[in-house]
Amino acid sequence: MVGIVAYGAYVPRLRLSRQAVYDANKWFAGGLRGLAKGERSMANWDEDSITMAVEASRDCLTSHKAEDVRQIYFASTTHPFKDRQNAGVIGTALNVEQDLMASDVGGSQKAGTSALIAGLNASRGGRSSLVAAADKRMTRVASANELNYGDGAAALLCGTENVVAKLVGHHSVSMDFVDHFRGDESDFDYGWEERWIRDEGYTKIVPPAIKAALAACKLKGADITHFIMPSLMPAVPKQMAKMSGVGEGAVRDLLGATLGDTGAAHALVMLVDALENAKAGDRIMVVAFGQGVDVLVFEATEALAKLPKRRGVSGWMARRKEEKNYMKFLAFNEMLPIDKGMRAEFDKKTALSILWRKRDMIYGLVGGKCRVCGTVQFPRSQVCVNPNCHAVDSQDPYNMSGLEASVMSFTADALTYSPDPPAYYGMITFPEGGRFMADFTDSDKEQVKVGAKMRMTFRVRDNDQMRGGFKRYFWKAAPA
Amino acid sequence: MARGIKDKVAILGMGCSKFGERWDSGAEELMLEAYKEAIADAGIDSKQINAAWFSTAIDEVHVGKSGIPLSTTLRLPNIPVTHVENMCASGTEAFRGACYAVASGAADFALALGVEKLKDTGYGGLPGGRGAPLQQLWNANGTAPGNFAQLATAYMAAHGVGGDDLKRAIGHVSWKSHQNGAKNPKAHLQKAVEMDTILNAPMIASPLGLFDCCGVSDGAAAAIVTTPEIAKALGKSNIVSVKALQLSVSNGSESGHNSWDGSYFHTTRIASKKAYEEAGIKNPRGEVSMFEVHDCFSVTELVTMEDLHISETGKGWKDVLDGFYDADGKIPCQIDGGLKCFGHPIGASGLRMLYEMYLQFQGRAGARQLKDPRIGMTHNLGGAPRENVSSVAIVGRFE
Repeated sequence: MVGIVAYGAYVPRLRLSRQAVYDANKWFAGGLRGLAKGERSMANWDEDSITMAVEASRDCLTSHKAEDVRQIYFASTTHPFKDRQNAGVIGTALNVEQDLMASDVGGSQKAGTSALIAGLNASRGGRSSLVAAADKRMTRVASANELNYGDGAAALLCGTENVVAKLVGHHSVSMDFVDHFRGDESDFDYGWEERWIRDEGYTKIVPPAIKAALAACKLKGADITHFIMPSLMPAVPKQMAKMSGVGEGAVRDLLGATLGDTGAAHALVMLVDALENAKAGDRIMVVAFGQGVDVLVFEATEALAKLPKRRGVSGWMARRKEEKNYMKFLAFNEMLPIDKGMRAEFDKKTALSILWRKRDMIYGLVGGKCRVCGTVQFPRSQVCVNPNCHAVDSQDPYNMSGLEASVMSFTADALTYSPDPPAYYGMITFPEGGRFMADFTDSDKEQVKVGAKMRMTFRVRDNDQMRGGFKRYFWKAAPA
Repeated sequence: MARGIKDKVAILGMGCSKFGERWDSGAEELMLEAYKEAIADAGIDSKQINAAWFSTAIDEVHVGKSGIPLSTTLRLPNIPVTHVENMCASGTEAFRGACYAVASGAADFALALGVEKLKDTGYGGLPGGRGAPLQQLWNANGTAPGNFAQLATAYMAAHGVGGDDLKRAIGHVSWKSHQNGAKNPKAHLQKAVEMDTILNAPMIASPLGLFDCCGVSDGAAAAIVTTPEIAKALGKSNIVSVKALQLSVSNGSESGHNSWDGSYFHTTRIASKKAYEEAGIKNPRGEVSMFEVHDCFSVTELVTMEDLHISETGKGWKDVLDGFYDADGKIPCQIDGGLKCFGHPIGASGLRMLYEMYLQFQGRAGARQLKDPRIGMTHNLGGAPRENVSSVAIVGRFE
């Protein structure tokens, strides 16, 4: 029996007030008033689809070992790299490389479900697949998308042991219905009229696909307990459910009021949200629309209730900071030609050969543990750092990314260039041993104190815009 | 312990340029300004110099590598010129090289010259950069004030000192240096400043405000050293001799091992202890007449006075507030204004400190002359509290 064996999610801490966006833009786009409610998730300046996917994957792997993963699929329409294995960066951050097939899936809003189908099928023989999906889409100023979209990620581990939601069946159709597109030469989506998308797209393409999926599963619409279907038009999922005989009460909330639509990740984000609330025997249908339809049907098992606790969508949603500064949203997304000052001009060229040699240190936060004295240290070095040891070539790799650290000293630096000044950083120490001077992220004045507990998080460190946007990733400390 | 340097080397002459934003001068002009004064003071001819040590710290925005910039600027007669760089301790490193050359007998006359031309970058503060290629991939996006600000947070945590008490103490450190700098015509900043202005200045890296940070200055300083015997033979009186030269360099334990709590300078404790031994000083608080220490930031000076074994650990802030280190206090510290007001052209700073000592011992310090100083200590700290080079020099009357 193949299915989902674990789930995880990630939502950035910042929630942009839609009223604040509307207030800034209403002089130009008064028609957006109806959307000026609630909030959308907003990635910090150091977050992108890779970093969010890493966080969701870590959340998913709370209960499982990363080294057992044999396939990683990473779905997004905003992969930071066009040619460089984005899924492989996730693998290295999770310290999995050997016997691993990594693949990026993109090109459509249903990339998340397509990756999930691939991952489930690849896992039938017992080799686990990690399916991660994340999106951080750029939007034009004063557009409806700016208000509707959100940033976020989900991850699902597929396998055959201790399945929490077994795959009952799936069905897909593919047709080039261009409701919107994002060309290679643009950062932004271009969409057609909503009424046409609803009447000629959703209405004519989705119900037959659901019908075929139900037939393959030998189920009726009324058998579905949770109906998941992302859409920017909130009435559409209800309409599709009704046309398919799915009860109105089964239609899951789109999370639009507090999160927004997370693009290629959203069907999986909603699936995680459903799994957090489902009970054994519940049947979950996931429908994703995007130049065709993917339909998947799952049935929750008794194992679901036994899955160890993780943050999930609800946990990350609870970690929230309201952002009312629309200018900051624009600046974080490089939409504002802000005067960064000369300190932002330093060359950020990465020596790729060093990155390769040190990839477990930089991407995996792997330090060393001395076999002679037991001292944990970062970085791993040839001579032990313990002043009373100094043993040579004595260290085994030691993964520190999952360890809680505490603040020994810190500052809020207004001098250094940071996209979000002041820059918080400080010496963090790990109780097992080891310390380093770390950048802090998602930090406020009230949270950062000597002794404060910090959680390590995989983030963007620099963006080398001189070379077309090579993102440097490393680990930062965030208040636990 | 090795026999040490005590009284083997005498300072024959010194020079120091005017420090400040020297828009009129490049490194070459600054070098010559300091050198002219030093060679005239020494009373020898350039051709008599046997070897030279040349210190700079930030070569990327500066004169470049090697001994050639010094040799070319001074048109030295093809003698050995060694370029040294050890961050903020570079100037003292040049001095150490020159002293060791004389002490070994390899040179009768050796020159140490340090210079830094920082004000050609287009922005305030130290020239930036993110370090070596591997460091760029993981070191925090920090600055000097941000690194030293953490000394303050860790010091407060270690000793239970309240934020207001510390802020007043480090404010007093800067206040005192401004008082002193006002009496120094070569200083970058020659204006006394009110305590309120200091305490209410904009924050640079909390808890350090603008006045907690030293000036970024252009300048050069030079020393010509020889043996005490040669100095005497040249008819010099009031001879100033070198008593100790020590350097302690971090080996990664502070930055990588949990035994260090961030509240002190591990290296300075070691270097100063060795220096007192080398100089034969048993009771530093009673024997040292004056200090020029590395007050790159006000809190650095406060903590350094503990690590030099003058103030009790955790109590230095009280000594500061009691005026112990003021010009009229028990042991004046930064009588020339310090890095704070004299300025901090990095490669020159160690030599600038020795210049003040030298003037004080010779009774040539003008309005800031101290009464009968006998032993002086200089201290440089390059790097950050967690990883640094700490150099200490003790000089005094040759008796």
